[in-house]
Amino acid sequence: MAEMTYLQAISDGLRGEMRRNDKVFLIGEDVGVYGGAFKVSLGFQEEFGPWRVFDAPLAETAILGACTGAAIMGMRPVAEMQFADFISCGWDQLVTVAAKQRWRAGTAVPIVVRLPSGGGFSGGPFHSQNPESSFAHVPGLKCVCPSTPEDAKGLLISAIEDPNPVLYFEHKHLYRRIKADVSEERYTIPIGKARTHREGDDVSVITWGAMVHTADEAAQQLDNEGVSVEIVDLRTVLPWDKAAVLESVRKTSKVLVLHEDTHTGGFGAEISATIAEEAFEDLDAPVKRVTAPDTPVPFSPPLEKAFIPQVEDVVKGLRELAEY
Amino acid sequence: MAIAREAEPVGSLSEVREAGLDREDLLGIYRNMLLTRSVEERGHILYRQGKIPGSFYTGRGNEAAAVGVASAMGPEDVGTPLHRDMGVHITRGVEPWRIFAQFMGRADGPTHGRDGNVHMADPNLGLIAMVSHLPAMLPVAVGCALAFRIREERRVALAWFGEGASARGDTHEGMTLAGTRKLPVVFVCDNNQWAYSTPTHLEYATEHVADRAEAYGFEGVVVDGTDVLAVHREAKRAIEKARNGGGPTLLECVTLRMEGHAVHDDAFYVPKVMFESWAANDPIERYRTWLRENADMTDEEEGEISNSVKKLLNDALQRAEDSPMPDPSTLLEGVYATPEDLDTPHHK
Repeated sequence: MAEMTYLQAISDGLRGEMRRNDKVFLIGEDVGVYGGAFKVSLGFQEEFGPWRVFDAPLAETAILGACTGAAIMGMRPVAEMQFADFISCGWDQLVTVAAKQRWRAGTAVPIVVRLPSGGGFSGGPFHSQNPESSFAHVPGLKCVCPSTPEDAKGLLISAIEDPNPVLYFEHKHLYRRIKADVSEERYTIPIGKARTHREGDDVSVITWGAMVHTADEAAQQLDNEGVSVEIVDLRTVLPWDKAAVLESVRKTSKVLVLHEDTHTGGFGAEISATIAEEAFEDLDAPVKRVTAPDTPVPFSPPLEKAFIPQVEDVVKGLRELAEY
Repeated sequence: MAIAREAEPVGSLSEVREAGLDREDLLGIYRNMLLTRSVEERGHILYRQGKIPGSFYTGRGNEAAAVGVASAMGPEDVGTPLHRDMGVHITRGVEPWRIFAQFMGRADGPTHGRDGNVHMADPNLGLIAMVSHLPAMLPVAVGCALAFRIREERRVALAWFGEGASARGDTHEGMTLAGTRKLPVVFVCDNNQWAYSTPTHLEYATEHVADRAEAYGFEGVVVDGTDVLAVHREAKRAIEKARNGGGPTLLECVTLRMEGHAVHDDAFYVPKVMFESWAANDPIERYRTWLRENADMTDEEEGEISNSVKKLLNDALQRAEDSPMPDPSTLLEGVYATPEDLDTPHHK
């Protein structure tokens, strides 16, 4: 074991796969000489050379399309979008080409797209978004959103191993903020399997990504007030671990769905609807959603604080549920 | 003013022989062009009989461009042909009955009824199935070339697009990536002069689409897309140049769209004189005349080719009509690939 930040765990997982399999290569803007905008691939080009750590022109469509072509030719490409927000420029390549190719033409497209996502550092409307719900609506894609260094490494390796296009949402706010002991050995975390981040009896929080840590702080406060909160970290939103969510709902009968993405049509809506369909009789309170409001992500700190769900927002929601 | 090189037509048999085509190859090219057109003509009949759901698209007038390029590809080369490029599928060896099954949405079509028309490809023949967002396939072909470059394989990717698709950003991005890294890819523009109802002067402001190539750092060539041997010669040059590390080429085949955009379109917007001049430049008739005048194609040979194509397609139609409709209970299958799907020659 070694202590790693979330960012180091991503680097460690990627480096290990590139050493193990020469079909794995990294392509993106500034990933080579510069080591990536966030330095995830620092030193990679020295080790693997300029063709396997490939500095692409500023052209997301070309990057993602090239990944699809290379994958069909037997490579295992990993693309880095400099910011998750820029994936909008490559929508067609993912949604029109890659996602549908297996179903309609029988051709597997094993690619990983790394997406530095999320806000909390005044990145503004175009460097802070969490676009996972847009892609969770697309059959043929997979979406993973690790919240811890252990999961960041294990899920990245699973994503590279997976024979499908996998969107890997790595939360920028967690990069250097959280650390944990991570095995230096190779291991995988299965895609589609949730993790109980915290056991509890009174209220369930269903969340993923950076919000797991927000929920954890809120749960500690509630604990002091005598309310026991369970936190289910989905880890992956497509596919998502419906069974784990329903099991937690049946245990606590009260549920708060929390995400950093905006409200309407966010993935929390899918979770809430599923709970209503399949666990209505087990509920003792209406499902509550705590999310960002339906606006673009603001730049200025007080505005951004009002946008991103804060610990106190979650505490308030949990208290309301506990008292219901 | 044109920047791209304007290719000469092909003249004599000796010139063609020097390019490596023997008489058997020449007759094979003729057969593939005829088969291409005949498949689409039969498809048209099926459509009128109500056996093809949706609309129906052909590449009538594009046979020389498609067959000329495909016959210049090596066996390990790959490509992303589009909806006017039936000739590429035919030349690479797809079985016509599978095409008819695809047209009719049957279980034995290459997509098993999940997609229609020419939205199909047999990966074992080195082809990748197109999407309707046509220029989206250019970066995909560039990615194939990138894989070849990373693995240092002497293989080439062919990327097809039309002059309409040339307007979209994917084309620019794909060519930028290929040009900056000198990847082994040949961009083939089937310029059939109409993008649905939009004429060329509303799609690009240069004289030729191929004039853009210089801006991406590689050669542009314009060739008469009704001259199958000139197309073959230029495609071969471009492909071998790419194979030998010389980087991409943009090969523009100026071709014809002898019908509307699809069967539902009567092409009222195309001037009548244009249709008349296209009819006079029919690529199949042009090549047939050349073969008779330059390669001594006999009545007997011509008849044999024509009859073998008819027989092949009669059998193919029967087999396709015997193919069942897809079972709705299979709808949910295969949305996601399994590790077994990677058990292909490419992934070994």
